[in-house]
Amino acid sequence: MAQTATADERVRRVGAFRKWLTRPELAAVAGSVLVFVFFAIVAGDSGFLTLGGAASYLEVSAQLGIVAVPVSLLMIAGEFDLSVGSMVGAAGMLVAIGIVEYGWPLWLAIVAALVLAMLVGLFNGYVVTRTRLPSFIVTLGMLFALRGLTIGFTRLLTGRTEIGGLTGATRGSPLPPIFAGTIKGFPVSIIWWLVLAVIGTWVLQRTVFGNWTFGVGGDPNAARNVGVPVNRVKITLFVCTALSAALLAVIQVLDAGSADVLRGQLLELQAIAAAVIGGVLLTGGYGSVVGALFGALIFGMVEQGIFFTGINTDWFQVFVGVMLLIAVLFNNYIRRRASEAR
Amino acid sequence: MMANNGAPLLEAREVSKYFGHVIALEGVSMKVHAGEVMCLLGDNGAGKSTFIKTFSGVHQPDRGVLLVDGEEVRFNSPRDAIDRGIATVYQDLAMIPLMGISRNFFIGREPTRGAGPFKRFDVAKADRITREELHKIGIDLRDTAQPVSTLSGGERQSVAIARAVYFGAKILILDEPTSALGVKQAAIVLRYIARTREQGIGVIFISHNVHHAYAIGDRFTVLNHGRSMGTFEKGDISMQELEKMMAGGKELDQLSAELEGSLSAKSEAQANEPDS
Repeated sequence: MAQTATADERVRRVGAFRKWLTRPELAAVAGSVLVFVFFAIVAGDSGFLTLGGAASYLEVSAQLGIVAVPVSLLMIAGEFDLSVGSMVGAAGMLVAIGIVEYGWPLWLAIVAALVLAMLVGLFNGYVVTRTRLPSFIVTLGMLFALRGLTIGFTRLLTGRTEIGGLTGATRGSPLPPIFAGTIKGFPVSIIWWLVLAVIGTWVLQRTVFGNWTFGVGGDPNAARNVGVPVNRVKITLFVCTALSAALLAVIQVLDAGSADVLRGQLLELQAIAAAVIGGVLLTGGYGSVVGALFGALIFGMVEQGIFFTGINTDWFQVFVGVMLLIAVLFNNYIRRRASEAR
Repeated sequence: MMANNGAPLLEAREVSKYFGHVIALEGVSMKVHAGEVMCLLGDNGAGKSTFIKTFSGVHQPDRGVLLVDGEEVRFNSPRDAIDRGIATVYQDLAMIPLMGISRNFFIGREPTRGAGPFKRFDVAKADRITREELHKIGIDLRDTAQPVSTLSGGERQSVAIARAVYFGAKILILDEPTSALGVKQAAIVLRYIARTREQGIGVIFISHNVHHAYAIGDRFTVLNHGRSMGTFEKGDISMQELEKMMAGGKELDQLSAELEGSLSAKSEAQANEPDS
């Protein structure tokens, strides 16, 4: 008996080690460490390692990460949302115009932005599930349409494409510190990011909805056959991505005190990149929110780290592109090991 | 054979199904009793899939009736069929490969803990039950979170069956459970089906592999071009006869004659052309 017990334990220990080696977020975590060490060495003496440096790259990471969390969930469910960037522009403009042009209180403007986001998310979700068109196409359409509507309406209503003067208009309201305040020099958006990542992880790993999310992305037919409400899962996640974009818009608008119709451009692709670096499978059914968190962290560190090295920031995108490719190759390798090895 | 006295668990009477003007099924009847394996045989396109999809609630029959425990039923969705204890295990749709085994086992019927916004998937319970149920069928897991794709084909199929049985299936419809498997893997599945039968579950086994079907089946219904060629007890028919019937007897005779003909023609070097 004792013999079998020890044998059993040995198997378990190997299992735990293998489990760690086959985690989807392994590449992103290792990548974060590598990127951090790299910039600590190259730019350590020019401010990367200071608290201010950390605050600056964490803020960039947080703003991307707030959207990357629900985007990664949606991708695990097998769908894309390319309209989050345009959603940021639209929601930001709605908040700014409501307050500056129409004198809405801040809370009303925020609620309006969230409602708009919900409607956009519902529209995306319904069109994707009803027509069975690829979400890539549906939300690509939304990317253009929403951006166009934002620019068109903004110019129609205000004659401009940028609205400023929010800082004054929202003075005295208790809300701005919740979205755009700082704690000991660190912007609160970091807290939003971490809280959303914790919630996202909990939902994915520990709730029924999370199990459905994996199932819907892994094989929608199989999921449907066992009674999973596939369409409801997808629509809910489309609403979540749009809502996260609206949240980011509120944070950005209150932080900058202004809104621009072009806000959030390329955000959709960065969010997808963060998710993919974090081990989310492009075709769905596999991935983790923790990975997307680290994916966003890598983005922030690279973007700000390059600035600290003194290298022209034009090179930032080269770095991101190469890293994306390496991360995906690495993730592919991990996933193959995880799904084949016995 | 047990439980032949009562009403069959599941019965189809004169079921017909048309897709536009294509006749998929015409007047097909079949019965399954508790504790027996009913084999549904037929070549590709014979109507096997359409037929079982009327049981699993995917299709509604255009004519004829379905009876569960002698009571007439109408299934409007797969859910209805599941609620009556009819579980279908599809060959390729049984499992989600990249998902963990216990997650697969419970997807759609997750055990939960807590209430309200803190209601959560009881992962520990799911893992424990999965480990127990799989241990019963002889699969010992190192880690219940390992992806299903790490299991062999036969194991995967067995897990899908175990899942259906665990969730209270009285009638199990197995759609080609062995046809994509090698001999050894198929044996795992067939052995497990035999054990399921012993638990008093009615099994409908769909196959175009007569060897697998004959090994496990108690009775055989043969479909050809959407029509039933009859139902036979195991003792009343040989494997060869079944095979012949599946291929549509005459056609096979014709084929062998044709092949023989071409062979003899070859050996006779040059010869007389057959007229028709």
